Amino acid sequence: MGVDRRQFLKIAGLSALAGLGAKSAFELLAPGKVEAALPLMEGKRWAMVVDMRRMTEGIMKKCSEACDDVHNIPNWGNPKVEIKWIWEEEFKHAFPDQENEYAADEVEHKDFLLLCNHCSNPPCCRVCPTGATWQREDGIVMMDWHRCIGCRFCMAGCPYGSRSFNWFDPRKAPKKLNPDFPTNPEFPTRSKGVVEKCTFCDARLAKGQLPACVEAANKIKKDILIFGDLADHESNVRQALRKHFTIRRKPELGTSPNVYYII
Amino acid sequence: MYDGGKIIVGLVIGLCLLLSPFFYNAGKAAKEPHPALTAKAKAAKKCVADTAYMRSNHMHLLDDWRQTVVRDNERYMKTADGKVYYKSLQVTCLNCHSNKTKFCDQCHNYLDVKPYCWDCHLVPKENK
Amino acid sequence: MLDRVIKGGPKYWGWLIFLAFMMTIGFIVYLYQFKVGLGVTGMSRDVSWGLYISQFTYLVGIAAGGVMVALPCYLHDYKAFGRITVLGEFMAIAAVLMCLIFIMVDLGYLPRIVNVIFYPHPKSILFWDMIVLNVYLLLNILIGWNVLAAERKGIHYQKWVKVLIYISIPWAFSIHTVTAFLYAGLPGRHFWLTAIMAPRFLASAFCSGPALLLIICLIVRKVSKFDPGEKQMRTLSGIIAYAFILNIFFFLMEVFTAFYSQIPGHMHSLVYLFAGLDGYGKLVPWMWAFAVASVVALVLLIVPATRRKEDTLLVACIAVIIATWIDKGLGLVIGGFIPDPFDKVFEYWPTTPEILIALGVWATGFFVLTVLFKMAVSLKEEVGA
Repeated sequence: MGVDRRQFLKIAGLSALAGLGAKSAFELLAPGKVEAALPLMEGKRWAMVVDMRRMTEGIMKKCSEACDDVHNIPNWGNPKVEIKWIWEEEFKHAFPDQENEYAADEVEHKDFLLLCNHCSNPPCCRVCPTGATWQREDGIVMMDWHRCIGCRFCMAGCPYGSRSFNWFDPRKAPKKLNPDFPTNPEFPTRSKGVVEKCTFCDARLAKGQLPACVEAANKIKKDILIFGDLADHESNVRQALRKHFTIRRKPELGTSPNVYYII
Repeated sequence: MYDGGKIIVGLVIGLCLLLSPFFYNAGKAAKEPHPALTAKAKAAKKCVADTAYMRSNHMHLLDDWRQTVVRDNERYMKTADGKVYYKSLQVTCLNCHSNKTKFCDQCHNYLDVKPYCWDCHLVPKENK
Repeated sequence: MLDRVIKGGPKYWGWLIFLAFMMTIGFIVYLYQFKVGLGVTGMSRDVSWGLYISQFTYLVGIAAGGVMVALPCYLHDYKAFGRITVLGEFMAIAAVLMCLIFIMVDLGYLPRIVNVIFYPHPKSILFWDMIVLNVYLLLNILIGWNVLAAERKGIHYQKWVKVLIYISIPWAFSIHTVTAFLYAGLPGRHFWLTAIMAPRFLASAFCSGPALLLIICLIVRKVSKFDPGEKQMRTLSGIIAYAFILNIFFFLMEVFTAFYSQIPGHMHSLVYLFAGLDGYGKLVPWMWAFAVASVVALVLLIVPATRRKEDTLLVACIAVIIATWIDKGLGLVIGGFIPDPFDKVFEYWPTTPEILIALGVWATGFFVLTVLFKMAVSLKEEVGA
């Protein structure tokens, strides 16, 4: 054949380079990406202010329902395996560090609306070994259900109990409790074996819509849930925080939660 | 060779076992897959990329989408001819190609590929 | 060397077959768990880690405990231990293997385990745990195998093995420190949020590991011609004694901090474990069994007469294993999750599938342990050790 060893190695090397480069070349020639083709919600530090003075059971229930609907969250009817992204707890359970035998009537028997706090210093993101949960530039603590290995370290790390695990396949939840499942054909379900939680409706935000709970709540009472950008000095949340005294859950842990409660 | 008889018999049995799937399926060639387009897909004429590219690279495209959409929050793409698409398997792709069994499954079943996308991403109900 | 493994008596094979049976059951039940989901276990939204992770935590301690034989031998020239370092290393191999399998069966999406390698996140302690455990496994395989092979040939092991040995000693400390860090850095779990977590883990490791090793050595002496040595076992019992005293001392320190400060977050988990909370107290009898076993172990280990007599020493070691297993394998992990972040109690108890899978993993570890020890002991018998 007349190809000596040196020439063979040169040919082999060049072919290998070409082979490696081909895939990237393909991608370069593929259709390009575009940013900001449609109005996007721009923000640097998303936060929520919950006006507990005017909050009612009915509104909180509507928030949970809206969230469940939009995200195809199954109802297992069993607290052992339940999945909840936004829910209610009594004051003493929402704020166990505020031990008070003689709490004001206003809060003593009231249920508070709880969800992921999208902390500025989230311990859950620190402990995730794969980056399946991470803090976005706009402050949202996101979930990547393609990457989660289901180790549940984030669940151990979260001081607020905001995270739920898919102990079973969500599509196998009892039909009696989930007659219209899946309620939103435009959002995926998750698979068994991954952790999930509130993502401040990142998909809706990208379309310029408010989170589902905020939309549902404000339909009933205006500004009962205020969602906005903390980094913007004049935003709705900053104004609300300047005007009203607020508390956050377990601030002493240094997580810097971004869900504030007007009491 | 030593124990030549046993070795050759063993080799023949081994070879038969190894090649048995081919014997079993002899004469029964699987039908070439013909993914069918829905009326909506036909009317749209164009996909996010041309057919040849999609046929061999849709999985890479979707992998790129799930990376850029979920992790980088880049949800829109513009094709060469200026059309903007929302990058979503469920919302965009399956909007036109709503017939999974007659479209996606045709090639996937032929090649015995079982993408786990469907574990999470919902498929529109088809009328059989 | 491995050929020694297939030459054994009926009791040896009977034991291996029993273990293989348990492994098979565990594997089949695991397939069921893999198909249906981790919901078949007793874990819940509140207690999201259970038996699997607690066994992993306990076994990392056993694996690290092997260093208590290597350290005096290689760093302090206590040549007597040279007889049994290989046994310590082989026990470490079996223990680390069990750790890795327990993590795998606990994962929600096992096929994605490679994501930990593809997308490394050094801020996550799990990332470091994966590294230290796998390296420790490799170290022990290389060291144990080569030292044993050299012994068989009647020569000294090569110089590069010494380098690995010197690395493996601090590395053993690191594996259990890193595992303690999994727990000790979580801001929301007050039962675990203590600086003393890593020291407590190490103390527990350095009594439970050697205790298990001692029990296995006594068995080896009974079923083979190899005698690990009176002197060796006496020194080992001394190490177990001191480490166990330290372990209990550290535990009592936790009790003091919690109850003298009277801070609810610190007290609640201990109250749940030892007295019950809000009417829930599944673990109370177990924790008091831990207390009783601890007292028994302390007495038998401290009193020289009982420590030196083999039968009472055996009881002491069993008591140490029981005590440390309850403390780490049940109390620690479950206690950390109860009460939950809302100060409510949602109890955990392992289900039957969960227990069968766990037993299957233990059986796997003991299978590997038996095989490796058979090889080591047979070779030591042959060279007339």
